[in-house]
Amino acid sequence: MQTIIVVGNGMVGYKFCEKFVAQADTKKYKLIVFGEEPRVAYDRVHLSEFFEDGDAERLSLAPRSWYQENTIELYTNERVSEINRATKTISTSKNRTFSYDHLVLATGSVPFVPPIRGVEKKGVFVYRTIEDLEETLAYANTVKGGKAAILGGGLLGLEAAKAVMDMGLEPHVVEFAPKLMPRQLDSRSSKVLQVKLESMGINIHLSKATNQILGNGKITGMEFGEDDTLDVDMLVISAGIRPRDELGKSAGLDMGTRGGIVVNNKMETSDPNIVAIGEVALYNQMIYGLVAPGYEMAQVAVDQILGKEETKMAAEIDMSTKLKLIGVDVASFGTPFMPSDKGHSIIFENKTESLYKRINVSHDGKKLLGGILVGEADDYNMLLQMYQNEMPLPENPEALIIGGRGEGGVSFGSAMDLPDTAVVCSCEAVTKGAICCSVLEDGNENLKSVAQATKAATGCGGCKPMVSDLITESLKTLGKTVKVQICEHFEYSRQELFDIVKLRGVQDYDELLDTVGTGHGCEVCKPAVAAIFASIYNETANKQNTIQDTNDRYLANIQRNGTYSVVPRVAGGEITPKQLMAMGRIAQKYDLYTKITGGQRIDMFGAKLHELPLIWEELIKEGFETGQAYGKSLRTVKSCVGSTWCRYGMDESVSFAVEIENRYKGIRSPHKFKGGVSGCIRECAEARGKDFGFIAVEGGWNVYVGGNGGANPKHAILLAEKVDKETAIKYVDRFIMFYIKTALPLQRTAPWLEKLEGGITYLQNVVINDSLGIVEELDAEMQALVDSYKCEWKEAVETPEIRERYTHFVNSEETDDNIEFVSLREQKMPKEWA
Amino acid sequence: MTTLGLSTYKTVTEEDVKFWFKAASVSKFPSNGGACIKYKNKQIAIFNFTREGTWYACQNLCPHKMEMVLSRGMIGEENMEAKVACPLHKNNFSLKTGKHLNGDLEAIATYPVKVKDGFVYVGFSE
Repeated sequence: MQTIIVVGNGMVGYKFCEKFVAQADTKKYKLIVFGEEPRVAYDRVHLSEFFEDGDAERLSLAPRSWYQENTIELYTNERVSEINRATKTISTSKNRTFSYDHLVLATGSVPFVPPIRGVEKKGVFVYRTIEDLEETLAYANTVKGGKAAILGGGLLGLEAAKAVMDMGLEPHVVEFAPKLMPRQLDSRSSKVLQVKLESMGINIHLSKATNQILGNGKITGMEFGEDDTLDVDMLVISAGIRPRDELGKSAGLDMGTRGGIVVNNKMETSDPNIVAIGEVALYNQMIYGLVAPGYEMAQVAVDQILGKEETKMAAEIDMSTKLKLIGVDVASFGTPFMPSDKGHSIIFENKTESLYKRINVSHDGKKLLGGILVGEADDYNMLLQMYQNEMPLPENPEALIIGGRGEGGVSFGSAMDLPDTAVVCSCEAVTKGAICCSVLEDGNENLKSVAQATKAATGCGGCKPMVSDLITESLKTLGKTVKVQICEHFEYSRQELFDIVKLRGVQDYDELLDTVGTGHGCEVCKPAVAAIFASIYNETANKQNTIQDTNDRYLANIQRNGTYSVVPRVAGGEITPKQLMAMGRIAQKYDLYTKITGGQRIDMFGAKLHELPLIWEELIKEGFETGQAYGKSLRTVKSCVGSTWCRYGMDESVSFAVEIENRYKGIRSPHKFKGGVSGCIRECAEARGKDFGFIAVEGGWNVYVGGNGGANPKHAILLAEKVDKETAIKYVDRFIMFYIKTALPLQRTAPWLEKLEGGITYLQNVVINDSLGIVEELDAEMQALVDSYKCEWKEAVETPEIRERYTHFVNSEETDDNIEFVSLREQKMPKEWA
Repeated sequence: MTTLGLSTYKTVTEEDVKFWFKAASVSKFPSNGGACIKYKNKQIAIFNFTREGTWYACQNLCPHKMEMVLSRGMIGEENMEAKVACPLHKNNFSLKTGKHLNGDLEAIATYPVKVKDGFVYVGFSE
């Protein structure tokens, strides 16, 4: 039995373990892992996501139980403090000694803190571990609303800027170089990125050398040159990394002059029993701060230890990278900057849309040498493949970056045109051949099982679309069609289920499951089927309440502490003083936190389950009805005041919004949908940020569809121009109905429209020119939904059996005493999560 | 005000039962759905899995964010193992073993249930 000790439980250290147990006979080897952090290895690449939900567990690469299941001894919170090469032992911070046959150093790196005067002051942080983030967050809470600087405008620095913004501070990125991301971007693309980030509220300061950190004890500002200062309340340093090589140094291993443990192409250090991988390893006189090369090193180390000596590190390491930075795609591959004697560049730049694309092509125009993409990088995978496999370029290579947009066909062929040796997943080094083989020969038929079998798409996930395409295409060659199956209980897509329900007239979930499904259902198919019933029969969620998502089941939005929020409909955002007072009185009576929503209405939070019918009873008495804020259904139709008051208004946007909101209220759909009506092209109602929007212009209304805000903002696209109100409504009726019938569960109109073959032109043909011959049917279906509307809260409060559902305990009158509130600016909020 | 932690809930097997608590009448529990009952300082979620013809009980407390919400979750099955999905973040727990099925949270405590003369009883060991 040989013992292998892995020092470091970061991403690369974990990858070593994963690859090792997958290949080695566990009876012959014993694996011991030390990590100095309290947590098991987690995904540092997506660290900023920790802020989005504060869920550290979600970032874990594998749960603690995984180590047990694979008989790996894992010691977290225990640092290896010394290597004794003569006795082949290591000692730890807890004064324990272990002996090894092979030692793997995967200690990673630490953030580089430049020697600036005052850097020790309070309020100065680094950005590396979850603990760093937690400390930063705690401090940020004490200076909320203030300014925070980020030192370093590289990849990590910009990620940190986003994190700081999420903490409620105004971010200021300070970079020494004259451009952002100096290692990946040329100056034009960097400028495009800068303008985009500035428009998002991130301030950028370039060519700034920081002389000292100002402040008495805690940071109050930074000084660059004479009279050049920036007031800040916090500083996050992200100025690069330094390898954590002190173990190697004290053990007398060969070191680089500027740090790092020297390794050869077998990952061997100057001691043949010790390998070093990841950011601590100095290979080709370089430290590689990317995940993909680190994973490759882990593979080489595993193979070398297991005696497969032919596996060696490539002489040249590909530094291509693609990432989403604060919602902006940024990618560079191959040789991003290129001297003109090697080839020429084709550059496409569109400043109004913050787009920049550059490809570098050899002089003979035959080979792709590298490139940069900012703003949109959908074509990155294909471009990278063309570069890596030296595939021949099309006659007019500019089509590669400007051809693929809009309705015209994509300039690339299918992913199937790649050679089998093409590496599709670079994190896990999985080739196209391996993916197709996993489908064709091993019978894997979906992304999940292919990912499990090959590991493809389990790293950064950037190759997912390409892997999906390969699976789909491979299945097609087998004569199988690919279905987007709802879940394990129904072998149908949502659209097929919709047709089945309609044709057979099925009205009950159990009946549907018994006739065309298997098993007993789950939380995926139940609400999907519930939405289908609602779209066909316009039945409220009260009828089959246990197949509804919790918000639909209780007709309210569940909040952080298990209480609910209440939102009455305020069509078009128009509300009378009398209604306002009624709402105020009721909110006060039940001690509800109130806030104006983004959809021009009022949200009342903190209602306990048993209070919901009482509150609604009073609201209904005052003439309100439900706003369906909880539903996958129409939310609001936002409006500006329009020509009724506004001196620029071209038409009555409020009247139109009220009419259209009342028309579509209560209609349930694959996902929520929203509308907007603006009285002129100044667009104060932000109608183009909605699923459907109307804008008044000279001579009628412009109709837009398929927009949304949220994580992936999309402007709605013009469906029809200068039409009268009746026509505008008719087109949107058909658009919504067509969407309801054909979209995937939880797919909003924008991604639906994007996936619709033929895009907006096709949609125009369907809803305007009736190319499918279905508009009569769509019109009738929509009218039936409009005609059968009823307020489901009225139904609930008037029906004793439904009212009864609103009790916390079915065997006691008591209420849930687990709910605690704390006060907040004269109102209340839920107590923080324990 | 009491804040009941995870330590309040320990799985009880049929053999451990010292006392069958008469919780509520069968009609209080929707078919293929759940409701919450109170026993001493405990909140217990009870599910009437009609499709399976089985009753299940578990702690009402979701160990993810410590909220008393599991009884409001949707039930279903994965590879024929009955489960409940927490309404807050869709964490799935086995109703048989309490195991967290789509992650690495602590298992939830489960309790035996029996139905007699139209009433639902939950077994406790204390």
